[in-house]
Amino acid sequence: MHIVVCIKQVPDSAQIRVHPVTNTIMRQGVPAIVNPYDLYALEEALRLKDCYRGRITVLCMGPPQAEAALRKALAFGADDAILLTDRAFAGADTLATSYALAAAIRQIHKGLPVDLVFAGKQTIDGDTAQVGPGIASRLDMQLLTYVSKIVSLDLDAREIVVHRRSEGGVQVLQTRLPALITVLEGINEMRFATLTDMFRAERHPLTTWNKDDAHIEDPTKIGLKGSPTAVSKVFAPSPTNRRAELIETQSGQPADLAATLVAKLFSQRPELALSLKSSSTPDGRSA
Amino acid sequence: MTSAPTPPAAPRPAGRRAAKLDERLAGYKGVWVFVEYERGQVHPVSWELLGEGRKLADALKVELAAVLLGPPDGAIRGFCDKAIHYGADLCYLACHAALKDYRNAPYTSVLTELVNRYCPEILLLGATTLGRDLAGSVATTLRTGLTADCTGLAIDPENRGLAATRPTFGGSLLCTIVTLNYRPQMATIRPRVMATPSPDPDRVGRVIEHPVTLVEDSIITKVLEFVPDDRSAEANLPFADIIVSGGRGMKRQENFRLIHDLARVLGAEVGASRPAVQAGWVGADRQVGQSGKTVRPRLYIAAGISGAVQHRVGMDKSDVIVAINEDAGAPIFDFAHYGIVGNAMTILPALTQAFTEHLRTRKRAC
Ligand SMILES: Cc1cc2nc3c(=O)[nH]c(=O)nc-3n(C[C@H](O)[C@H](O)[C@H](O)COP(=O)(O)OP(=O)(O)OC[C@H]3O[C@@H](n4cnc5c(N)ncnc54)[C@H](O)[C@@H]3O)c2cc1C
Ligand SMILES: Nc1ncnc2c1ncn2[C@@H]1O[C@H](COP(=O)(O)O)[C@@H](O)[C@H]1O
Repeated sequence: MHIVVCIKQVPDSAQIRVHPVTNTIMRQGVPAIVNPYDLYALEEALRLKDCYRGRITVLCMGPPQAEAALRKALAFGADDAILLTDRAFAGADTLATSYALAAAIRQIHKGLPVDLVFAGKQTIDGDTAQVGPGIASRLDMQLLTYVSKIVSLDLDAREIVVHRRSEGGVQVLQTRLPALITVLEGINEMRFATLTDMFRAERHPLTTWNKDDAHIEDPTKIGLKGSPTAVSKVFAPSPTNRRAELIETQSGQPADLAATLVAKLFSQRPELALSLKSSSTPDGRSA
Repeated sequence: MTSAPTPPAAPRPAGRRAAKLDERLAGYKGVWVFVEYERGQVHPVSWELLGEGRKLADALKVELAAVLLGPPDGAIRGFCDKAIHYGADLCYLACHAALKDYRNAPYTSVLTELVNRYCPEILLLGATTLGRDLAGSVATTLRTGLTADCTGLAIDPENRGLAATRPTFGGSLLCTIVTLNYRPQMATIRPRVMATPSPDPDRVGRVIEHPVTLVEDSIITKVLEFVPDDRSAEANLPFADIIVSGGRGMKRQENFRLIHDLARVLGAEVGASRPAVQAGWVGADRQVGQSGKTVRPRLYIAAGISGAVQHRVGMDKSDVIVAINEDAGAPIFDFAHYGIVGNAMTILPALTQAFTEHLRTRKRAC
């Protein structure tokens, strides 16, 4: 069994700040991490490998520094790592990204046939959840998104059964390999990598591919040139010119503040009375 | 959405790259909304999108079409009429037994076929698990641009293009995305980001039935079962009328009881900021914000929540926002309607009391 896991290196958005005056991103010192959602995908692949043996190849498109993300995946137990890096890939939107990743996966497939491709639910910087479906569509693989559980895998029959989160419930889906799975967060808990694993990963050979190595057939389909969408404007959310009306009373006691607020709410917003009437009863039980 | 790790800090003029439309693409006309029909029901986000689609179609002076895919059951036809009541001029209806449950491959093939046949310039879908799955595949098959999870849509009067705004960089900034020389321009929008329009039962429109040729045997993925969620246990935040939310300022799980008490009196749902969810004080389905639910209740009460943008984007369309926070300088007071500066542990019980009183006297009065 051979699984390709797509991982992306992203800035830790929790630490991104916007300059209060110039409204530009202050990215200095913001650490780059493996997209958290992709770790669930990696762990799920590792669990399948624990059961069924086989190989796991991690694939990442990004700048040379993205090597760190691949080393991390190697420390957790991936067997091979491929960094897809070329200036020509820069500025790619999801359509151009899925084109490049699909080309690389085709190339990987030539070396060792690929049974499954795993991707995260979404990235925390792009946040689009489109790259996975895009790759599946380009490789003509069955697509299983938002997978919350892998129920069974039959490598002889080449069949897989999964739970897929959908609106209002869970679909139990059965499909044939090869398939692309995007993994829901919380499906598993990431294992730990020991110090030895990390040292081993540091020494592990890493494959770097440029656009020719990945056999990109049509160079107009990658990077900025191959992207149908363009950012026309980046801006900070407009501050409202609203400022909350602060409730004040002479005593400043909670009871008085609360009573004043409630009285104000119902006199200034009479429509609220209606939503209260339909949804509750005075003794506190929801109707 | 640009998924490169370094979008430009300075705006890049989009016009530089092939903003002029090919003649062939200029023939793409009309705004489409994909109406999400499953198990006898339409997801309410579809009506919200018809409201928004109506505005776009009016700005472009073109028709608004609903697109409905599903099994040929009795209910689906009625939803064509309903889509028209919500603002569509016409409805494309594609029915086939193989479209009974949502599956990526048959839905992608039918929707792609419809687009290629009728050539709309804009296609909107809800950013639900179904909509995101389908939109990604359809956009790739059509080789066109797709902007995910938009919070605002507008028409650029200069070139009639769709300007789609969405949060970027973990929600700290917004960006506007345009689709260059590609059609249709596709976008997904999360439930509750747009207002539900009021339906007009007198509106009439056309229904165009599109014949579907699918063969079940050639569809590889099978739905073995559908296990519905336990609705009784599930929070329905996006459609709640009143929400009482607590944040990190509630400090401990026990204190969250004060939030539940007030919610019970108001018949409200309980919401939370991300730190409160991460601390395990409430379930993840109650998180409000960019990585949680988007809500638009009539009344949103936030206690011990600072009002970070990632929280704000999920709730600032609420009709009335009340904030309780110790810190008069907390950002939430910049967009709440009413505020009490004080300790949530004493203000919340007092509010529960005051609302109870109010409801009791009101009941007596009527
Ligand atoms: C990619 C990304 C996605 C995110 N998604 C979300 C999301 O979906 N939802 C979300 O909520 N956040 C999200 N966040 C986190 C967000 O940035 C904030 O960190 C979070 O909203 C802060 O939560 P808080 O207001 O509860 O906590 P804090 O910011 O710590 O605020 C606590 C507030 O409580 C007040 N307080 C303290 N004690 C009391 C008291 N006794 N009485 C009254 N007030 C008191 C304090 O003055 C303070 O204002 C996201 C962040 C990132 C990077
Ligand atoms: N540059 C990339 N390199 C490798 N995998 C990627 C890349 N971008 C996106 N992915 C994969 O696609 C998933 C969805 O990404 P997105 O569409 O950007 O939300 C991620 O969770 C990754 O698994």
